[in-house]
Formats: sequence, C-alpha cells, structure tokens
Amino acid sequence: MTTHINKLGYIFSKDCECDDILKNTLAKTKDEVVSELIKSGLRGRGGAGFPIGLKWKFTASQPEEVKYIICNADEGEPGTFKDREILTQVPKKVLRGMALCAYVTGAKKGFIYLRGEYKYLVPHLQKNIDEFHEDMKKFNIDLNVEIFLGSGAYVCGEETALIESMEGKRGEPRNKPPYPNQFGYLGKPTVVNNVETLASTMIVFRLGADVYNNLGTKDQQGSKLFSISGDSPKEGVHEIELGMSVADFVNEFGDGDTKAVQVGGVSGFCVPRKNFNKEIIGEGNTTGGSTMIFNSSRSMYNVLHNFLDFFAEESCGQCTPCRVGCQQLLKGIEAVKAGEKSPKYLDQLIKLSKTMQITSKCGLGQSVTNSFTSIVNNFREEMIY
Amino acid sequence: MSKNTITLIIDGTKVTVEEGTSILDAAKKVDIEIPTLCHHEDLCVAGNCRVCVVEEKGKNNLTASCAAPATEGMDILTSSPKVRRARKDIMALLVSEHNTQCTTCYRNTNCELQTLASDYNVDNDIYLSVLKNNTTIDKSSWSIEKDDSKCIRCQRCVRTCAEIQHVNALAVTHKGHEMKISTFMDFPMNEIVCTNCGQCIIHCPTAALTERRYYDDIWEAIDDPTKHVVVNTAPSVRVALGEMFDYEPGKIVTGKMVTALKKMGFDSVLDTDFSADLTIIEEANELLVRLKKAFVDKEEVALPMITSCSPGWVKFIEHMYPEHLGHLSTCKSPQQMFGSMVKTYYAEKKGIDPKDIVCVAGMPCAAKKYEANRPEMRDSGFQDIDAGLTTRELGHMIKQAGIKFQELPEENFDKIMGESSGAAVVFGATGGVMEAALRTAYAVITGRPVPFDNLNITPVRGMESIKEITIKFEDCVPEYSFLEGIEAKFGIAHGLTNARAIMDQIVEGKSPYVFIEIMACPGGCIGGGGQPIPTTDEIRKKRIEAIYAEDMGKPIRMSHENPEIKEIYESFLKVPLGEKSHHLLHTKYRKRKRY
Ligand SMILES: Cc1cc2nc3c(=O)[nH]c(=O)nc-3n(C[C@H](O)[C@H](O)[C@H](O)COP(=O)(O)O)c2cc1C
Ligand code: SF4
Ligand code: SF4
Ligand code: SF4
Ligand code: SF4
Ligand code: FES
Repeated sequence: MTTHINKLGYIFSKDCECDDILKNTLAKTKDEVVSELIKSGLRGRGGAGFPIGLKWKFTASQPEEVKYIICNADEGEPGTFKDREILTQVPKKVLRGMALCAYVTGAKKGFIYLRGEYKYLVPHLQKNIDEFHEDMKKFNIDLNVEIFLGSGAYVCGEETALIESMEGKRGEPRNKPPYPNQFGYLGKPTVVNNVETLASTMIVFRLGADVYNNLGTKDQQGSKLFSISGDSPKEGVHEIELGMSVADFVNEFGDGDTKAVQVGGVSGFCVPRKNFNKEIIGEGNTTGGSTMIFNSSRSMYNVLHNFLDFFAEESCGQCTPCRVGCQQLLKGIEAVKAGEKSPKYLDQLIKLSKTMQITSKCGLGQSVTNSFTSIVNNFREEMIY
Repeated sequence: MSKNTITLIIDGTKVTVEEGTSILDAAKKVDIEIPTLCHHEDLCVAGNCRVCVVEEKGKNNLTASCAAPATEGMDILTSSPKVRRARKDIMALLVSEHNTQCTTCYRNTNCELQTLASDYNVDNDIYLSVLKNNTTIDKSSWSIEKDDSKCIRCQRCVRTCAEIQHVNALAVTHKGHEMKISTFMDFPMNEIVCTNCGQCIIHCPTAALTERRYYDDIWEAIDDPTKHVVVNTAPSVRVALGEMFDYEPGKIVTGKMVTALKKMGFDSVLDTDFSADLTIIEEANELLVRLKKAFVDKEEVALPMITSCSPGWVKFIEHMYPEHLGHLSTCKSPQQMFGSMVKTYYAEKKGIDPKDIVCVAGMPCAAKKYEANRPEMRDSGFQDIDAGLTTRELGHMIKQAGIKFQELPEENFDKIMGESSGAAVVFGATGGVMEAALRTAYAVITGRPVPFDNLNITPVRGMESIKEITIKFEDCVPEYSFLEGIEAKFGIAHGLTNARAIMDQIVEGKSPYVFIEIMACPGGCIGGGGQPIPTTDEIRKKRIEAIYAEDMGKPIRMSHENPEIKEIYESFLKVPLGEKSHHLLHTKYRKRKRY
C-alpha cells in the first residue's frame, strides 16, 4: 500500500478571505448549501464524526422559531490544542462558519463554549466577535454570538453535558434521543459543532465540494488538524490530508524509534508497530484530534494506566458501567501487574470494557474499550511483567 | 386510544402504545418485567443505573429502556444473551462498590439492589472491591440517617428532594470515582435545609437513606418496670402497617395493631386521632378568631391561615418563607398535643408521676422524630414526646416480639385519649385536615352539619396537586353573623413543590384563600416518609380509600362530638384557646436560613 503525507495549509490560511467566501456562499439557496456540505463529505471534527450537512439540514427542518448554534471549544482531551490554535489564529473562519449555520438553520443566537483554561483568549475573541457583529450587517445575517466559559470537566465537551452546564446544571450527559438538533439548549433545536468543523466549512466553500471531497479516502474526506504529542521531534498542530497510513505518519513525525501510535486520543485506538502498514488514520478508527507517539522507552502499562486514571477521574460518574467500570479496569491492571490476579483476569477486563461500550450512556464510557482492548491485546506482556 | 400510536415488537410480541411511551412501559403492557434501579414512577427519567438495558435488533449498543421512547417498528429483545450478560456485569459492578452487609442492614429483604443481585445471582465475586473505606454514617439528624457506603448513586433522592419537595437539600457532587450524593458544602444533615420529610428515604432503593431508629430505646423503656410507657398511633399507620405483614395495600389493621402493641408490653395503647380531634377544635377556633379580627375588629391578622400539623412543612416554611410564619396556625401537631396532654391531663387522671411516663408516637412520618426533639416541645415540663417511630419501625418491633400479626384478634384502644371521630381519621389523607376542620367549623358557624352527603366533602379529596373548595355561609348563628353570605375559599396542597406554589401566591398578595391545608408528603400522611416501602401512587390511593372507609365506619364523624374531647374541655382545658390550651397546645416558630 502506498500513501503519502500531504501537509496542507487550508485551515490556517489567511483569515481575511473568508468574508468573500461567505458572500459567495450566501448567494446560494439554503438547500444548495446543505447539499454541497453533504457532497463535500465533511464530518464533525469533534470526535463523533457526524456529517455536518445532515446535522444542519435536520436542525433547519425543525419547526421551532428559536434555535441555537454552539461552537464547541471545550477541547479537554489530553494532548489536544488544535481548537486553541484555530481560535487564536483564524477566529474569523469559525465565526463565518457559524454565520453560515445561522443562514441555513435560522438560528439567531450563538455561543462559543470556551474551555475554562482558555480564558486568556476572551479579549481576543470578543474583539473578533464585535467585528463580526458589525460585518454581518452587510450580509443580513442576524446572529448574536456570546462566549460561555466552561467549567473545566472533560465530560462537558460532550454536547449534551455541555448544554446542561450552559443551563446552569451539573455537566452530566443526557439520554439520547432526543438529540440536541431537536431538544438542545433550553429545549430548543441546537446545532453543536466543533471549532474545526465550523472553520472547515470555509475550506469546503473555498475549494468547492468536489475538490474537498477528492481529498482523503472513501471513508474520510478532506483534511484535518492533528495535535501531535509524545515522542516526536515535530510536536504541534499539523494539517494533513486524511487517508495516510500510520507508517507514513510515523516516518514523518516519529523519532525513528516509534513503538506505538495512539490514534484519536485517549478515546481512540493504539496501533502497534506491527500494524503500522495496515492501518489508515481515519478508517475504522476515530479521528479525534490528538495523536500520541510512543517510542520504545515507553511502558505501555504506564500509558494505559495514565489513560485509565484519566477516565476514572473524568467520568461524570452518573452511570454504573462507566463510573465503576473505569475503576475496575484501573484496579484490575494494577492487580495483574502486582501478581494478585492471574493474567487471565485481563480477558475478564476486556469483556468488562465491552459491557461498558454497549451500556454506557455517553461516548466517554463507550469508548474506553478502544484504548483498553488495543493496548492490552497488543502489549499483553507489558501488562503482566 | 389517541391517534398517535406506535407499534413495536418486544420479545417477538407486537405491542401498540401511545407515542412517547418508554420501552420499559411498553414491555409492562405485555407483562415483560425489565429490572430497574434508578427508575421510579414518581420521578423524572434519569437513565443512569443502566440495569434496564435491552437489545434493539440492528444496533450494537444496548438501549436503556426506561429512558428510550418506543419507536415505530422497533424490534426489542429484553432477555437476549447479550442483555443478560451485560446486566449481570452491571449488577456485579454495583456490588463491587457496595458495602454489602445485608444481614445487619435495615433494608434487608426490602432492598431493590439485594433483590436484583439475588435474581441475577451475582455470587462469583468477579471484581475487586472498589468500596470507599473512608465513609462515615451521618447520624447528625434526628430523622434521617445517610450512609454513603450503601449508595448506588441512582440519584432518586436528589430528584425526589428537587422535584417532589423543591427543597434541593441533596445534590450530586464530585465526578468520576469520587462522585457522590452530598449536601450543601457537605454539611451534616442536621445543619442544612432538609425538612426531615423522609421522602428521599421511601424513594431510595437501598439503605443509603433510612430513618434514625429508636426502637432499642423503646424496648428498654418497656422492659423498665418503673416506666409507664404510652404509645399513640397516627391515622395513617393503621392503613399501611399491614403492608409490613404481607397484607395488600389498603388493608385496615387497626384492631390487630392495637392487640400487637398491647402484647409487646406498652402500658397503654392510645390513639393520636384523639389529639387530631383536639387539633381541630383548637385550629377551627383559631381560624374563627382570625376571621373575626379581620372582619369585625378590622385588625391586621395573617390570612390565609395555614395548617401546622406537618412538621416537614413547618420546617420548610421556616427556611424558605421566614417572613411569613404568621400565616401558620399556632396549633401544635396532633403528635405534640398528644404528648403534652399525656404528661399533664393523662398523668393527673391516672395518678402517675409524669417523669415516669415515656410517650411514644407511631407515625407515618420521619419529620415527627425531629419534631419531638424541637427544644420548645417541652411544655409539660418534660420532653412531651420521647420518641417517634415510623410505621416501618413499628412493623419491625412487632416482628421482633415474635407476634404473628395476621393471626391476631382485634382489640380497642385504651381509654382516656383513645376515642376519636371519623374526622380525625381522615387527617391521614391529603384534604383530610381541611375536611375535618370544615365539618366542625361549619357546624359552629351555622349550627348545622356541612351540606355534603354523609358529611363527605368530596371536592377536597383525591391526589390532584392543588385542590380548592368554596363554601358559602348562610343562616349563621348570631355569634358568627359577620360571616353571613360570605363565600370563603379553602386551599389544599400536598408535597412541598405544591406548597411552594401556594406560598408564592401569598408572597405576591394574591392568595384567594382564607384557610389552607398543607402536607409535606404527596398524598398526605398516608404517603409519609415513614410508611412502608414501596409507596407508589397506586398504593397511596389504596391507603386513602382505606382512610375514608375507616371514617365511614365511625359512629362519630365530627371532632367536637367526640365524648373524650368534651370531657377534656370540661375537666381540664376549659375552653378552646384558653390559658391552658395556649400553654400546652400552641407553639411558636423560628426563622431559619435558606440553605
Ligand atoms: C467525553 C466527551 C468529550 C467530548 N469533548 C469534546 C470537545 O472537547 N470538543 C468537541 O468539539 N467535541 C467533543 N465531544 C464531541 C461532542 O459530543 C460532539 O459530538 C461534537 O461537539 C459535535 O461537533 P462536530 O459534529 O462538529 O464534531 C466530546 C464527546 C465526548 C463523549
Ligand atoms: S458514560 Fe461516563 S461520562 Fe458518560 S454519562 Fe456515563 S458516567 Fe458519565
Ligand atoms: S442496602 Fe441492600 S444490598 Fe446493601 S447491605 Fe442493605 S440490604 Fe444488602
Ligand atoms: S442515597 Fe439512595 S436514592 Fe440517593 S443516590 Fe444513593 S441509593 Fe440512590
Ligand atoms: S428528608 Fe425531605 S427535605 Fe430532607 S433531604 Fe430527604 S427529601 Fe429532602
Ligand atoms: S432504570 Fe433505566 S437506566 Fe436505571
């Protein structure tokens, strides 16, 4: 298999051109905008990967008068800082993406749910928002945008927990259905999109849906930002065309001694060296923003332990499989390592992680199995000895 | 059936339900029982325990059936291998963080976690214990015991306190493995807004929340030959105690209860209904005095007047509306009137030194334990009521005494404060105090019985959240001619959320009522926090039916006709609201903070 790394510069290209893009796009009908978004193949960049065109279309079709747009800038995933970079460098793109969403869905109120730690960005963002309000008058877009500072919990990045926290409640994910497009903020239809997703709409309409769609693979179209961390001389945010193999990725970003790559952040999968050639980033695995590179000096037991520590802390704690399951996985690998439980117990724990996947209420508990299973299966020895 | 219906398949059977019905309820329609823990029919959906998961064909992830609405064409499996394995795993997880001590546990044999753990036979101990070993039991409150080590974090208590009671004394704090049910700033239960109503207890599936138990103290008193131990039981106890002995809800067990208490060794088994009648005399007269002051003397008086027999409600208004305490009737609750009468009037008649009397109250209520310990409740010179027991505790004591309840003969209450009218019995149901008060007040004002069939004032009955009735006074006796032709409105609320609505009207100056009955618990005392678990709407209704049946069976139906009441006024109290009454039967309230 041959793939290549195609480094791109669309997202961070000059911010000033996006008023022109917006102007041209607003000349299209709402239906045209939606079908071009669908054709482009752009999916959510916040983790769940839902096609943005469908999300907007569904929200547009809701009969309610009042609707909301929320830009999800909670970015709580360890090792991710791409949304911060976007908001720092090209906030106009994000705001224009929101304007387009307002055009399509009819929402008049928007929020940027900003991670608490990014508070220092508020003056910068507010200045851009003020300009935005001014600029939009000439486009007849009536969207008022406000910043909402997040509370700090990782789970508040989950769209329904985010909405609960905006409503002044404890940030616990809701039962779905109903989804936010139907019953969101204050019970009104609400679009929740990731920062990068919104900014990417500007790329779609700059390049045209067909060109955008030609980027990437048949599963994942377009380009995407990767926050690269770990044992890499090139740590940082890189925009890459989707569809590269892990091998190419490692050649480009590894330190020459890469043993494993965690694709899709803590909720994603761990790819061991033997599979570098088999795995394509973005196919069959999640495309969350963070990619962690581990070299041979790393103990994968420690890596997994850190992940589980994180989950056991950051689970909101409301549902049984996630709250207790995370603790059991953590204690379980400790017990195996200490020789208190036989290595067979690891299989029991993998089963447990599958139960967590199919019974947990939200994406957090549902995805713990991804890293757990891939690390335990591929580095079983390191778990035991 | 309404036109928006949905047809789905559950375990191969077609089910048609109204749109919006949960899969759980749809399954019930075809007699398929799906286990639940966080779900409670009184409360909004939480969907957090996940034991109710079912498999939807074509989906990898399971669905929480309590939280998911049935949709057209769904094909549901409630007991597939995948479902069973997942449920058992979840049960095992719950047990792994649980302080499993069933043999010493108050909810042993009446615990939803235990029942499910036994059904799913989680006996192989597959997981490590993740029980937090630093939890202490909060026993600070007179009424409520909180033991986090028995908590499954279903949040039923939190939802109860917020939705039914609008008190919000309990909240979820922390996240992840630290997540727990907590109070404001983690303060002990006796320092927060908690009203002690005990609704959280009867909605808790486990023993994480229980009433503080006093029965060992009572046994000790019974066993002490120098003590004269008096017990009195509230109207709602006799229509619910049977449930502790496998009777169907709604069974009236008054006679057996009396026999059991006598067998247990109480020196005198008396009836709180007696003091309920006494409350009515005092309260009806207090209302009439307030009305006279308002209509004739044109004085500033707090109207509407509101009942004060529900100690949870009293604490609620003290916290939430401290500026409006003047609306509360100054009458003590029947329990407290009983206590002060036992240690004065009864002691005198019996020739017993009140210091040797131990007065126990059998109550459907958790708040009455705290009420008994209010520092002002010592007007007899002693603590008027020594201990309040719940219906559940009484049930336990009867079992401890080895009494075969179902086999017992029926006996009558002892004399002196053992006689009561039907009006006192209906105190147990929401609207009952109002009905009893109106029966007496109308008779006093007009000289005639209330103009309802058989004295049954049906508009004040039932489970509607706020009820009202308008009564026109005509042909009044001369003393009350100032009420001639007046149409007075009376209001009734049960559950503190409804109480709040009533109070907000008063605060805004828009209350249309002259007199309001408020009970802290849904359904009134029959649904009290001390009643047998489970308590559901269906069970509440059955207990209420029993209450009205008991009323109809009474030869005397109006409080002022109770001969023992006549006697106590003649020989002891002299007149309603008189000096003795004022001293022994009325009380004061205090302002409290809002948190
Ligand atoms: C535990 C958890 C944390 C999440 N955190 C974020 C986040 O920080 N930022 C984000 O955009 N999406 C996050 N998501 C995904 C959101 O729920 C949601 O899918 C996303 O914001 C939708 O936007 P998109 O369609 O543009 O990706 C998280 C999901 C889960 C389950
Ligand atoms: S899966 Fe975890 S984070 Fe999500 S709702 Fe359940 S406990 Fe909370
Ligand atoms: S709460 Fe239930 S399961 Fe827990 S110890 Fe008590 S009876 Fe047993
Ligand atoms: S105290 Fe009881 S009702 Fe409250 S969360 Fe715990 S188990 Fe559930
Ligand atoms: S006793 Fe009543 S007020 Fe107190 S916490 Fe329980 S439900 Fe809330
Ligand atoms: S009963 Fe459905 S999730 Fe708890």
